[in-house]
Amino acid sequence: MSDRQIVLKIADLTLRFGSFTALDAVNLTVSAGERVALLGHNGAGKSTLFKTVLGFLKPDGGTLTVAGARPGSDHARGAVSYLPEQVAFPKALTGTEIITHFARLKGVAPSRSIGLLETVGIADAADRAIGTYSKGMRQRLGLAQALIGKPALLLLDEPTSGLDPLSRGEFYAIIDRVAAEGTAVLLSSHSLTEVESRTDRVAILARGQLKADGALADLARAARLPIRIRVEAEPGRADAVRDRIGGDRINGRSVLLNCLAEEKIGLLARVAALGKDVTDVDITLPGLDDVYRHYSGIDLATHAMGDAS
Amino acid sequence: MSGAIRIATVATTEFRLAVRNRWVLLATLTLTGFALALAFLGSGPSGELKVDPLTLTAASLSTLSVYLVPLIALLVSYDSLAGELERGTLSLVLATPIRRTELLIAKFLGHLAVLALAIVVGYGIAALAVIERHGLGAHAAGLVVWFRLMATCLLLGAVFVGLGMAVSASCRQTGTAAALSVGLWLLLVVLYDLALLGAIIVDRGGLFTKTIFPFLVLANPGDAFRLFNLAQMDAGTPIAGLDGLAHSLPLPIGAALAVLVAWLGAALSAAVALARKITP
Repeated sequence: MSDRQIVLKIADLTLRFGSFTALDAVNLTVSAGERVALLGHNGAGKSTLFKTVLGFLKPDGGTLTVAGARPGSDHARGAVSYLPEQVAFPKALTGTEIITHFARLKGVAPSRSIGLLETVGIADAADRAIGTYSKGMRQRLGLAQALIGKPALLLLDEPTSGLDPLSRGEFYAIIDRVAAEGTAVLLSSHSLTEVESRTDRVAILARGQLKADGALADLARAARLPIRIRVEAEPGRADAVRDRIGGDRINGRSVLLNCLAEEKIGLLARVAALGKDVTDVDITLPGLDDVYRHYSGIDLATHAMGDAS
Repeated sequence: MSGAIRIATVATTEFRLAVRNRWVLLATLTLTGFALALAFLGSGPSGELKVDPLTLTAASLSTLSVYLVPLIALLVSYDSLAGELERGTLSLVLATPIRRTELLIAKFLGHLAVLALAIVVGYGIAALAVIERHGLGAHAAGLVVWFRLMATCLLLGAVFVGLGMAVSASCRQTGTAAALSVGLWLLLVVLYDLALLGAIIVDRGGLFTKTIFPFLVLANPGDAFRLFNLAQMDAGTPIAGLDGLAHSLPLPIGAALAVLVAWLGAALSAAVALARKITP
C-alpha cells in the first residue's frame, strides 16, 4: 500500500468539546484503493472523526488533509463523498431526482450518475417516490448518492446498520468494486465480525484514542490471545488425561486448555500421543470480538457495547 | 457559474417539494379564497364612494395580506434548515461543494417562488372577478394600485421567508422552529399593533402619539406594507384605526418601502450568520 497515493492523512488530530476530549492525538492514513474499517463503540469518536474530515468541526490540534487539501476546502469537498448513518431523503422525491440533485451539487452531469441506481440495484424503483422504499433501498440510494462522481475518498458512517445479511453482502461487494477502481474507503462499524475479510485494514478507536491500526490477522496475532483446546476423554480417563497434558477437567469427560499460537502444535502432538484415551479434540481460535475487546480495553460485562446489529 | 447551477438546483428541488407536499396548492387556494371573498364583499359600496372598485378591494386586501402572507411565508420556510438537520440530509448537502450562503439563497428563492405563485394566481383571479363584475371604473388607476399591492405583498412575504429561515437556522428541531415561527408571527403581526394601540389610548394624544408613535408603526414590516399601499390610494378610500396614519405620515412614503427592504436584508443576514454556526 505504501506506493499508493495517500488520500486521507490524519496526524495527531485532537478535538475537544469543552473539557471532553473527543479525539486524542489520532493518527490515521487511508490510501487510494484501500478499504479501512474504523471500529469503536457508540461515543468512541467515529462520527466526530468523520465530521472533522468533512470540515464541519475544527480540530484543536494536529493536521488533517483530504487529497492534499484542507478539510472543507473546495478541493477537499470535490474529493470526498459521505454517507451519514441516519439519512432520510424527502419522501416525495424519486430516486432519480435525488441522484440528479446531488450530481448537480457536485458538478457532475446527472446523465453520468443515473446509472448508479443500477449499480446499487434499485433501478426498478428509480422513478418511484422514496416514501415507498424499504429501509434497505433507502440505504442503497444513499450509497448511490455517495458514489456520484467517483470520489477519491468515500466516508461511510455505519453504512450497513439495519441491513439484512444478504443486502450487507451486496453492499460490501459494491464497496470492493469501488475500491478496486481507486477510491479510498473509510467506513465505521460497531463490529469486527462484520468487517472481517471486507476491509484491508482495521483501526480501533476507544474513548477518542486510536488503540490499534493494522491488518486484522496481524492484530489478532499481536494480541497474543489464547487458543482454547478442549479434549474429550474416554469415560473415566479424564483425570488421567489432565495429569498428562495439564489444564482443567470439566463435566467429567473433558479437559480444557489455553495456549498461545506458537504452543499449539506442540500441545496437539502431546494430545495425539495419548492414543485411545482421547476421543475428540476441539480447537477454538480467539474470536474477533475477543480481539476487539483486547484492543479497545473494554469489558463487555461492564460496558454496553453495540453488537453486530 | 457552478455556484449559479447549485443555487438553481436547490431552488428547483425546494419548489418541487412544495408542489408535491401540497404547500403550493394550499397557499394558492387560501389566498384565492380570501381575495375572492373580499372582491365580492368589499367592492360593494364603491358606487357611493366614487372610488374605483379595484382600489376599494385592494384596500381591504392589503389589511388581510398583513396577516395571511407572513403566516404562509413562515409556514413554507420554518422547516428549511432545521428539517434537513433533523433528517440528516444537511450533512450530506454541506459535504458537497455548495456554500452555506448559496444554500440559503437557493432555499429562499424556492420558498419565494411558492409565495409568488400563490399571490399572482390568488390576487389575479380576484382582480379579474372585480373587473368582471364592476368594470374597470373611470380610469385604470385601480390596476396600478393592484399591481403595487401584489409586488409589495411579495416583498412582505420575502421578509417573512427570510425570518422563517433565520428561525430555522437557529433550531436543531423542527418542532422548536415551528413554535418560534408562530410566536414571531403573533408578536410582529398581532401583538405589536395591539401594544401600540394600547399605548395611544393611555397617552390620550400626548407626546408619544405625536412623536414616537408614527415611527414605531413604520418600523413594523406589516404596518409599513399596509401604510405604503394605503397612502397611495385615492383620498376617498375608507381607512380606519392605525391606518389613519397613512395620510399624516411625518416621512415620505418611500420610507415604508425602505423599512421593508431593511427588514429583508436583516432577516437574510441573520439567517446566513446563524447557518454558518450550524454543525451538521
